[in-house]
Amino acid sequence: MFLDKPIANKADFGTEHSPDAPLSIHDMTVAYHRKPVLWDVDLDIHKGQLVGLIGPNGAGKSTLLKAAMGLVPRASGTVHVFGKPYEKNRQMVGYVPQRESVDWDFPVSALDVVCMGLYREVGWFRPVGRKFKDRAREALEKVGMGDFADRQISQLSGGQQQRVFLARALAQDAELYFMDEPFAGVDAATEKAIIQLLKELKANGRTVIVVHHDLQTVRQYFDSVILLNMRVVAHGPTKHVFTEENLKKTYGGRLTLLSEASHAISSN
Amino acid sequence: MRFRRTSGGRRELSWLALALLPLVPVAAMAESTFASDFVRVLTFQDYNTRVVVIGTMLLGLASGLVGTFLLLRKRALLSDAISHAMLPGICAAFVVMALAGGSGKHLGGLLLGAAISGILGTAAVTLIRKTARLKEDVALAIVLSTFFGFGIVLLGVAQRLGAGEAAGLKSFIYGKTASMLLSDALLIAIFAAVAAAICAALFKEFGLLCFDAEFGRTQGWPTGLLDATLMALVVLVTVIGLQAVGLIMMVALLVIPPSAARFWTDDLRWMAAISSTIGALSGLFGSAASALMGAFPAGAIIVLVATLLFVLSLLLGTRRGVVHRSRAGLMLRRKVTSQHLLRGLYELAEREHHDPKETAASFEDLLAERSWTRAELQRALARHIRQGLIRHKGGGYALTRLGYYTAVHAVRTHRLWEMYLIAHADVAPSHVDTGADTIEHVLEPDLIARLETMLADRGSVVPPSPHPLKGMVQT
Repeated sequence: MFLDKPIANKADFGTEHSPDAPLSIHDMTVAYHRKPVLWDVDLDIHKGQLVGLIGPNGAGKSTLLKAAMGLVPRASGTVHVFGKPYEKNRQMVGYVPQRESVDWDFPVSALDVVCMGLYREVGWFRPVGRKFKDRAREALEKVGMGDFADRQISQLSGGQQQRVFLARALAQDAELYFMDEPFAGVDAATEKAIIQLLKELKANGRTVIVVHHDLQTVRQYFDSVILLNMRVVAHGPTKHVFTEENLKKTYGGRLTLLSEASHAISSN
Repeated sequence: MRFRRTSGGRRELSWLALALLPLVPVAAMAESTFASDFVRVLTFQDYNTRVVVIGTMLLGLASGLVGTFLLLRKRALLSDAISHAMLPGICAAFVVMALAGGSGKHLGGLLLGAAISGILGTAAVTLIRKTARLKEDVALAIVLSTFFGFGIVLLGVAQRLGAGEAAGLKSFIYGKTASMLLSDALLIAIFAAVAAAICAALFKEFGLLCFDAEFGRTQGWPTGLLDATLMALVVLVTVIGLQAVGLIMMVALLVIPPSAARFWTDDLRWMAAISSTIGALSGLFGSAASALMGAFPAGAIIVLVATLLFVLSLLLGTRRGVVHRSRAGLMLRRKVTSQHLLRGLYELAEREHHDPKETAASFEDLLAERSWTRAELQRALARHIRQGLIRHKGGGYALTRLGYYTAVHAVRTHRLWEMYLIAHADVAPSHVDTGADTIEHVLEPDLIARLETMLADRGSVVPPSPHPLKGMVQT
């Protein structure tokens, strides 16, 4: 086996930078107005894995994804996607932002939103052609939203809106996906649809990094985890890294979460 | 099954046409000379007027289109700051041109000055927001008042310098189409057409920018450049609108048409089309009125026409209009009451193990069944009797045949939903009834069908209640 002892130290894991890793972050530091929010992040994500990005509120989980894509300026560090700087390979990355990041009262249909994931391919000035609309419909079918293509987005439930966002990223047919809390506040049907989708993506050799909050389901969903609290506390295969000791380091003195976590671990 | 909206847009437009009907008789009254002049202007019989009116219409169209994205980008107030920030530019340009020995009234020069100070104003807002870390509204208030104040000072300087000529500068504040030269109108028409064309070409890109700029950036779209282009279009439209509408009221022509359009549609394309139409109509009627009555400031008329259309849209809009929404609310309330009443009659009989088709219930029994007032129940009963769902029987009320089948449907849906909640949502049976009541009224047929298969209920028409009914006689 590749690993047989728990890895709690990023240095053990982050040193060997493979040239074609889906995502390779080196020495990334991010600061908002002089206050650092992420320190020296070093990560190499392996191909074909479902990766959980886990940590308390304010740990910088969303910031890590955003900084990797250049949405938040990096104070230092480099980000490589499949061996090239992110900016050169950005079309290989599909992004599913947090649902609350947009105004759902916007006058567009679910299909219109999914088409946005194809605009780059459509190109400047051109309207979205039938071929692209069909692809967008396909993506909606994949998340079980085919019947809602022409609904105005404010008339969708929270879970359905989340699935529209997923479909938008799917339409792009990326190799690496960043999903920011796709499970937050969704119904059971949506949760099931997302899990199904993650499995399919994995089966097709895609890599997915998911910001996740529910410690109970971590072992069930993810091949590997990144435990984050302003710095990478631990990163590696879930069964080795998702330990009580590492969670303590990540969550510090937040006792309620801790007991929840140890419950999650002991029940497995 | 796919639900496609095909006729929605067309219906919206015909509604809009209906909303404009009140304006027709005004134009049709060709009796007085005023009215015939009005018709003459509206039908473009006079060349000069035609150019001015068409120019203003195009201006309205362009600002309706650009304004749609400005509104959706949530920058409506920025346009107010931009237009106010143009005053110092106009006056400075006048002073410079007058000092250089030429006429201070060269329009191209004045508008160039306006554009430059408008852009400076925008830059100042961004700068204040970013460096002083103040909220956007504070930055807007500071820039708007400062630039305008500075403009007023420069206006005083210009008036000393240019004497009579400088008087015309005031028309940029309030707008005056009557003083417009033919060449001015042509200039407006051309630039408005250009602004509209650019906005139409970038329709999809602007839509993405307004909905989710961050996602756009991850796709490699230069969102900063797109934002700058949108703001440049706002500046362009405002500059050419200065003469006709005036800088104080320009914000209205950018913001009111798209706000009005939102009441008619949930589709960005239709919103832009309707907004442009409203803008164009405002321009048409405003400049026509100003052409007829030179004393009227055109800007004010244009804005008032736009506001009139806004109020009509607010009331009659087919998507979000007040009438539509309150009617939809009333329909839902009636549907809920109706289901309560029919189910009440059915269950009252069921409890006694009587046939719901034949059993009558007294008014008092029905009243006790639900928390409704006497008046509410009386009204509901009267309505159901009118609709042939309930009949009088022996001093009480009973279901008609039609009423019986409707009641069966309502009871069935209610119980399926209750069973679903108990089976899948871990809700205690004693708490189900209230939740089911609120949700079943909005259940869609396909969900009901799914519930039926899920609960393997295909045999009996009405499944038994999953919880004991109030006052049920136990067998």
